[in-house]
Amino acid sequence: MIRPYAPVLLEIRDLHAAVDGQPILKGVNLTIRGGEIHAVMGRNGSGKSTLSKVLAGHPAYSVTAGSVQYQGEDLLALEPEQRARAGLFLGFQYPVEIPGVSNLEFLRVATNGRRAQRGEEELDTFAFEDLVRERLALVQMDPAFLDRSVNEGFSGGEKKRNEILQMALLEPLVAILDETDSGLDIDALRIVAAGVNHLAGPDNATLLITHYQRLLDLIKPDYVHVMAAGRILRSGAADLALELERTGYDWVDQELARLGLAEQPALAEVP
Amino acid sequence: MVAAPLSPQQISAATATVAAWEALASSPLPSRRQEDWRFTDASRLAAIEPHCWTGPDPFAGLVLPPGVSRLPADEAAALWQPLLLETGCDQHWPVRLNAGAEPARLALRIEADASPLASAALTAELDAAASRQLLAAQILLVLDPGASFELGLRLGAAARSACSVVVGAVLAEQASLTLALVASGHGDAALLAHLPVLQAPGSRLALSTVSSGWSFSRIEPRVLQQQGAAHTRLRGLQWVGEDQLADTHSLVRFDGPDGVLDQLHKSVADGNGRSVFNGAVQVPRAAQRTDAAQLSRSLLLGDRARIDTKPELEIVADDVRCAHGATVSQLQSEELFYLQSRGIARAQASRLLLAGYCQEVLRELPAAAAAWKPVERELQGA
Repeated sequence: MIRPYAPVLLEIRDLHAAVDGQPILKGVNLTIRGGEIHAVMGRNGSGKSTLSKVLAGHPAYSVTAGSVQYQGEDLLALEPEQRARAGLFLGFQYPVEIPGVSNLEFLRVATNGRRAQRGEEELDTFAFEDLVRERLALVQMDPAFLDRSVNEGFSGGEKKRNEILQMALLEPLVAILDETDSGLDIDALRIVAAGVNHLAGPDNATLLITHYQRLLDLIKPDYVHVMAAGRILRSGAADLALELERTGYDWVDQELARLGLAEQPALAEVP
Repeated sequence: MVAAPLSPQQISAATATVAAWEALASSPLPSRRQEDWRFTDASRLAAIEPHCWTGPDPFAGLVLPPGVSRLPADEAAALWQPLLLETGCDQHWPVRLNAGAEPARLALRIEADASPLASAALTAELDAAASRQLLAAQILLVLDPGASFELGLRLGAAARSACSVVVGAVLAEQASLTLALVASGHGDAALLAHLPVLQAPGSRLALSTVSSGWSFSRIEPRVLQQQGAAHTRLRGLQWVGEDQLADTHSLVRFDGPDGVLDQLHKSVADGNGRSVFNGAVQVPRAAQRTDAAQLSRSLLLGDRARIDTKPELEIVADDVRCAHGATVSQLQSEELFYLQSRGIARAQASRLLLAGYCQEVLRELPAAAAAWKPVERELQGA
């Protein structure tokens, strides 16, 4: 939903970032307002996942230039946990398995951290169980997953549902979903997309990172951005994704050549 | 135990203490020249004067469940020495010390359970507290064919006190024993524990040991499957911080075919702590079709902490499955980041991961032993 005067939630200005001294992001600019759904597309190695990790505060990535304002504050000055409590959410491409840590306990601690930040009272075990069962229905997840260790032994689809369950509990203002559609079958994709659509409202925003139109058939973006060589090369409306589906990325090379830029050799995808 | 050089006075006091330990064991203190003690400096015991226990009998007032009775002393004595001999620990220094330290004795016979629904269960607590004494105890469990028993044992000591225990068990055919030892020390406390077990075919042993907080601890489970065809499950967790040393030396021997071993040992080493694990598995020619798996996992939290871990497999039989593995790692940064990205502060995330790491062993403790909240102090301080 585009409302030109809706408050700006996230403002990325000329963002440069590197991992192990290797520059990956080379000047990303992006403004996200309340109510908007953005999709970021691009080839492997174009910097999409790096952008999501930098925004979430992954310690392996260092910001070398630029700024990110989140609700008017300097996002980059915050620790990852402070960003999360303030309402920034990253849905992982590869959710991490944590043996021995109960999913239910993890979800409760995380939810209460966010609630405390919003001035809401913390939920005890019983109240939380009620809440989590209600939110489980949203992603059609078996309650048995609550009693297992975080993501341990979950299938790819179950892990992604668990990500959306976390999103449903944390009620973020800005949700970044990094290839949430990868590894999902059609049914799981529908469930996950329905969850995301349900949670999207006029006051929050979603940033989808994806390779495929099939996710965008289910979650209709207001804006589509194409990343290449660590920056956003082109932005457009939802039909830009359809055009990409038809034409592929060949034009990207021409565009980069025209700008005198070359794409970095794609880094191996880091889980 | 003390980093600074000792004064002549301190040295002579330490010499006197060592002499007192050696007198009780009628044997010189183990030296690091002995392979079994290579990484474990028993002279740390010099910090504790081994005065024999003058407190109450720790087993007085123990209420035995139905089907469990005290074994007459002569019957217990007749079983004790062969148990030590067969498990090859009769001459071990901690066992000799235990025998010389006026141990409290508890010998129990467990009959085949009349009710098949629940096994008989018992808990006992041996706590030397800050007595500055050496609390020694011998426990013998004799399980009749088909008998089932669960024993939870809490060991504790603080401030220059020590605990010495030998917990032995003889499992007849189809008998099943769950034995959990939760040992939490404080300050300059020492623990010496031997756990010799004989298993007849068809018997099942589940032995869990959890130790933390001891300045010095040595735990030695020694299991002999006399004719193979038994099931042995070993779980161990030891946590060292500050300047502590914890050593687990386990031995499992199969003297017959078709035996099963499932062993997991976990260590956490923080501060200047030092953790030692040595897991011996002996599979002689008679032990065909043995299925043994041993895994040692260690977590190194501090730059100055140290882990020594060594599987020691002697396999002669040719038709066996013997897997072993050892890992030493630090807290995984991706796991930490995942938790942080959900709003959990780094310190709390570390504690959650550590608790999860320990949980793999702790979750197998019987409820009564879990209620002693092992390693809780360490987890809170982490």
